[in-house]
Amino acid sequence: MPIDKRAANAAEALADVSDGATIFISGFGGAGFPNFLIRALRDRAPKDLTLIVNSATHRYSYTHELIEAGLVRKVVCTAARGHSKEPSAFERLWMDGKIELECVPQGTFTERIRAGGAGIPAFYTPVGFGTELAAGKEVRRFQDRDFVLEHAMRGDLALVGADTADRYGNLSFRYAQMNFGPVMAAAANVTVAEVRAVLDEPMPHERVQLPGVYVDRVVKVAP
Amino acid sequence: MSVPPLNRLQIAWRAAQDITDGMLVNLGLGIPVSVADYLRPEADVFIQSENGVIGVGALAPPGRVDTDLVDAGSRRITIRSGASIVDSSWSFAMIRGGHIDVAILGAMQVSARGDLANWTVPGKLITGMGGAMDLAAGARRVVVLMSHVSKEGNPKLVSQLTLPATALGCANRIITELGVFDTAGDCFICVVRAESVSQVAIERSTGARVLFTTVTAGRG
Repeated sequence: MPIDKRAANAAEALADVSDGATIFISGFGGAGFPNFLIRALRDRAPKDLTLIVNSATHRYSYTHELIEAGLVRKVVCTAARGHSKEPSAFERLWMDGKIELECVPQGTFTERIRAGGAGIPAFYTPVGFGTELAAGKEVRRFQDRDFVLEHAMRGDLALVGADTADRYGNLSFRYAQMNFGPVMAAAANVTVAEVRAVLDEPMPHERVQLPGVYVDRVVKVAP
Repeated sequence: MSVPPLNRLQIAWRAAQDITDGMLVNLGLGIPVSVADYLRPEADVFIQSENGVIGVGALAPPGRVDTDLVDAGSRRITIRSGASIVDSSWSFAMIRGGHIDVAILGAMQVSARGDLANWTVPGKLITGMGGAMDLAAGARRVVVLMSHVSKEGNPKLVSQLTLPATALGCANRIITELGVFDTAGDCFICVVRAESVSQVAIERSTGARVLFTTVTAGRG
């Protein structure tokens, strides 16, 4: 059967998400948030999720709706604080001990995901040495500098926002949409992309920023 | 309360004076982003943002806002000629790999050894460090823009950090309302003293030994 990764809609694309899943969500600063997929995931309502997402709460993302709906057991992120003065839903749950938080420096965050999709189980980084983040971690000196051992992250599912796809799952991004999309797609067992347009013809190779080998389903959403 | 010798924007202006053509620069949230406003218009400088934008331009004017084109502070921006955009993994490889000439950051404390604290205060609501630790550990040069003392009046230039460290031995220069200070291991060296600020005033506000060179600067 010819390859065709186009799904009819977001609900269909997420029909097999199960309780306890570890889910990557791409997006940064308003660019590349897969907000239609996040809403569809909320409606499907799997429980005990681990979210691996740059911001636990962001004013342009719907991630917080998953947290408010009580679907999330743990968040791995680089920025936990919301934009408002009042604590976010995430912060209230965290302060009540009802949600687990792992805060990771952003470069270590993306490199742990990259490693997960690249067959590298762990790596040494200078980031975090001498800080409380290095507590309990292996430290090793190379030449004249100390490095901390960090472990790769993998996930069951990645939700990625992009601009354009073709039926092979090839993706192209606009401006800063790319951010964590490529590494998350590579480190997940299943990757679903939401895009604004699906081309009828194969995407010209020079436009492909993420090869379709990393993408399992694409969903066209209202732009 | 008296007017501080240099205000926040003048601190940003002073930081911009150290940036020369050809540099790749990362500007943190807060005062650091306004350093870009004080670069010479013809300055051939690339501003890198952690989300992968290499060549951040001015903020997008009304009517030209594009929600896909943002910087690490979620600001809707434009890009300069020659700009490129990469993914986060490449962006941080650039940062950790020593390809950023200077990172300009805010901070809560800096020690004379260059240890930097700018990500969390014990007992306060968690914030997350974003890219601050990577930038501090990876940039070739780290310049800190901050007030000389805390809201409570405590020195922020110290001999030893009392707040959790972001990275050790990384900060090279601190610019405050009182002047320009370089980290020198066991002391700070005041390389520029703001106009009307005495050595005694600086010593009183600094939690470590300060050596002085003779330069006194105007307000810029």
